[in-house]
Amino acid sequence: MLINFTEEQKMVRDMVREFTKKEIEPRDKWMDENGFDFDLHKKISETGLAGIHIPEEYGGGGGDAVTSAIVIHEMAKGSGSVALALDAHWLAADTILYHGSDEQKKKYLPMAAAGKIFAFGLTEPCAGSDAAGIKSNVVPAPDGGWILNGSKAWITNSGVADIYTILAKTDPSAGSKGISAFIVPNGIKGLNIGKFEDKMGCRGSATCELSFDNIHLPADALLGPLGSGFKIAMMALDGARISIGAIAAGLSEHAMTIAKNYANERMTFGKPIAKHQGIMFKFADISAEIRAMELMTYDTAAMKAAGKRHTVEAAQTKLFSATRCTQICLECQQVLGGNGYSREYHIERFVRDAKLLEIGEGTNEILRMLIGSSILAQK
Amino acid sequence: MAKENYKGIWVFAEQHNGELADVSLEMIAQAKKLQAITGEDVTAVLLGDNVASLTDKLFAYGADKVILAEHKNLANYSARPYQKVLTELAEKHKPSILLYGATSLGRDLAPRLMISLRTGLTADAIELSFDEDGVFCQTTPNYGGSILAHIVILEHRPQMVTVRPKLFAPLEPVEGAKGELIVENIEVEADDSYVVISTSPKITAGKPIDEASLLVAGGRGIKSEADLKSLEELAELLGGQLAVSRPLVDCGWRHHDEQIGQSGTAVKPSHIINVGISGSVQYLVGMQDSECVISINHTNGAPIFDVSHYGAIADYSTLIPAITAEIKKRRA
Amino acid sequence: MKILVFVKQVPDTDDVKLDPKTGNIMREGVPSTINPLDANAIEAAIQLKEKHGGTIAAISMGPPQAEDALKKALALGCDEAYLLCDRALGGADTRATAYALAKAAEKIGDYDLLLFGRHAIDGDTAQTGPATASFLDVPQITLAASIAVEDGWVICDRVLENTVQKVKAKLPAAVTVTADINTPRYATPLNIMKALKKPRTIWSSADLNCDPNQIGQIGSPSSTKKIFEPPKRNTDTKYFTGNPEDMAVAFVDMLAAEHLV
Repeated sequence: MLINFTEEQKMVRDMVREFTKKEIEPRDKWMDENGFDFDLHKKISETGLAGIHIPEEYGGGGGDAVTSAIVIHEMAKGSGSVALALDAHWLAADTILYHGSDEQKKKYLPMAAAGKIFAFGLTEPCAGSDAAGIKSNVVPAPDGGWILNGSKAWITNSGVADIYTILAKTDPSAGSKGISAFIVPNGIKGLNIGKFEDKMGCRGSATCELSFDNIHLPADALLGPLGSGFKIAMMALDGARISIGAIAAGLSEHAMTIAKNYANERMTFGKPIAKHQGIMFKFADISAEIRAMELMTYDTAAMKAAGKRHTVEAAQTKLFSATRCTQICLECQQVLGGNGYSREYHIERFVRDAKLLEIGEGTNEILRMLIGSSILAQK
Repeated sequence: MAKENYKGIWVFAEQHNGELADVSLEMIAQAKKLQAITGEDVTAVLLGDNVASLTDKLFAYGADKVILAEHKNLANYSARPYQKVLTELAEKHKPSILLYGATSLGRDLAPRLMISLRTGLTADAIELSFDEDGVFCQTTPNYGGSILAHIVILEHRPQMVTVRPKLFAPLEPVEGAKGELIVENIEVEADDSYVVISTSPKITAGKPIDEASLLVAGGRGIKSEADLKSLEELAELLGGQLAVSRPLVDCGWRHHDEQIGQSGTAVKPSHIINVGISGSVQYLVGMQDSECVISINHTNGAPIFDVSHYGAIADYSTLIPAITAEIKKRRA
Repeated sequence: MKILVFVKQVPDTDDVKLDPKTGNIMREGVPSTINPLDANAIEAAIQLKEKHGGTIAAISMGPPQAEDALKKALALGCDEAYLLCDRALGGADTRATAYALAKAAEKIGDYDLLLFGRHAIDGDTAQTGPATASFLDVPQITLAASIAVEDGWVICDRVLENTVQKVKAKLPAAVTVTADINTPRYATPLNIMKALKKPRTIWSSADLNCDPNQIGQIGSPSSTKKIFEPPKRNTDTKYFTGNPEDMAVAFVDMLAAEHLV
């Protein structure tokens, strides 16, 4: 490996692996059919994993970006939904971690570490890839606070979240520089939670529409300087894309393990199908790609941990890992033949879970724009 | 003192409230088997208060001698007083072998004797024998029964063993049989540092599964509680009882009392029908000595078939209803 | 309150196999773990500490890699760890093991409660706890399914063959716990990070003032003469074949032949 885990990181990895096998993996099918698992969330909160990279002074685990990549990688081997929910939680909590005032950090980070759920609200029904085109707006209130109006869509953890970080236009004429970030608590008057989306996959994570009807926020709800919202969001997404790489690697490995066990047992034409080259070759490709995903993910995480800029690398990690993950899950499904079409064998669920990774937190197309233009601009 | 000077096969005669534990009689039978090889006397050692009436039963079931040590402070079992008395008796009489039941009491007491008698102790033996070198050999399970070991205590005496209950049958009692009764007057103080505050009967969920002569056992392959009910119906039709393997206890469908296996109960019914059970080592060690093993599993080559007399490679959800219907048809 | 918890590192496998060539257990590639019942003992210790205050020391006798089990014990919440490690301690039966553990307890001193898992999943003897208690001449409670401490006494429920007892023993006392007593918590990342900074001490048999004749193989009255896999039953399975209806008829024919129908 390019990076060596510390002893603590190995112990964390082993603990999450055991926890995932015992507590998370057995619940994944139930979550696919029933939605967000509050009991499981409580168990996860008790482990403190939700705050693994939040500094100790705020009640977190004090780990770095590599440690959090390890945690989400291991969890994804049991459930794409749970891993995605944690990714979204960190996406939101990190905006406060990196841009919050001392008071905001003291108030909100311990909540994030203790298991209160955070959600990040950027996307709107009419603005996804064109993030600067969001229409939610905030105007100053007479008392020094803020008035928020608008709506959001496709927000992971919305509907179960305790705290939302919301991006809205404070200066509609200034394009992306007119966007600011605000901390919005659940339950505040004017915050309306819409119905849960009937999603293809990751059905164990909650996704709702939000609408804001003259929500009155206090002055200190502003996160970071006015107009810095877009930058805050983009920075947070860099970190989230590392998580997506980790989720893709974990989900792919889970699919491969099931397919591998099947291939070694299922007999056709007098031998296990694993002995037929057509099947054998699939595993060669799949394992190489999973290894590539892991290396990209942990290397980018190490860059982040070292304080280095990693925007392009994170985008590359997500682009490669997400696109290959969908295909790997489909191939693993194919290995199972007819049984792959059955819900009992789980892989069809991974296929449905995996597809999201190519869309949320930066579609393949947006990432290609980002990476391509960046590469071509270099000498 | 040389080990050759230690003679005699002792059985610690466990009793509760003036009643001999079954395992005490089972161990006398085992001791008699060993006696056939060594020729040494079989002595039952009985500790308690007002238990002299039990000596007749010990003789009837095969003991040549009984050592009786009564004292009011031995009325109820307490580790340290029992340890003190048994140590004194063993040091005085020097037996070569000392057997205890591998019961909660036996396994509480015997390890302490291992220290006070400065000797060895083998745990939970399932077989006692003399090997080809004439050495007393105890067979014990390790790793939950996946591995068996032959343990020997070569130089130290007595060679002590806790013996698994219910594996051997007691001998047929000979009414009025008499042997040598040795009454030992011992002094022993109560242990004020150990107090039994209360004792109450254990409440089990229904009849213990190790008493059933027929079991229908469901495992991980059973998809729903409703399906499990159909297994229970079949069990009742055949005059038996439902049991389960561990996964169905872990998911909360049934109680631990109904679990067969390494971490559950060991069963030896006349008939056992396994449904949706693959046959992991932990399960097999709990039932593989059943007389007639019948298994239904949809996977060809599942390990459960290795220990089955009859097998059906089939989906239980169609087969069980068909079997149940056929039974009802024939009884009509 | 000073609690000593005795832990053992055991193979982490459901299925042990013997090497057909050497007749020994195949350990290659088999990861190790903390004995599951020792994790219950640690959890019991932590809950008592949370209620009454005090310290918890984890003690293990084993080869150098047993330190991993101690790190796990620290990550679960023990305050300090002691590894008894020495070639001379190796090959010990339960008597020689209990002797060394008792020596360690004496060296640490001033203990109130000695906790053990009821048995280790490799040897299955359940002897080490009571034997150690005997060396130290303290009262013992085995098969504890619950534990509480009050006014200098430890109070436990014991689930026996046909009865349930409530017993108490005066501290210092030894208790062996069953899996029913609690559900061990997961080591939280915070505790994992802290674990490696907690004191870990390695003692040799000389550090413990052990009598060389009472430790290791020399100090073991019992020895293993042979290990083997249980004989496989050859059952010559008779299979029912055909469609479910045919199978059911043949099945019930068999049940009738067995006088069940």
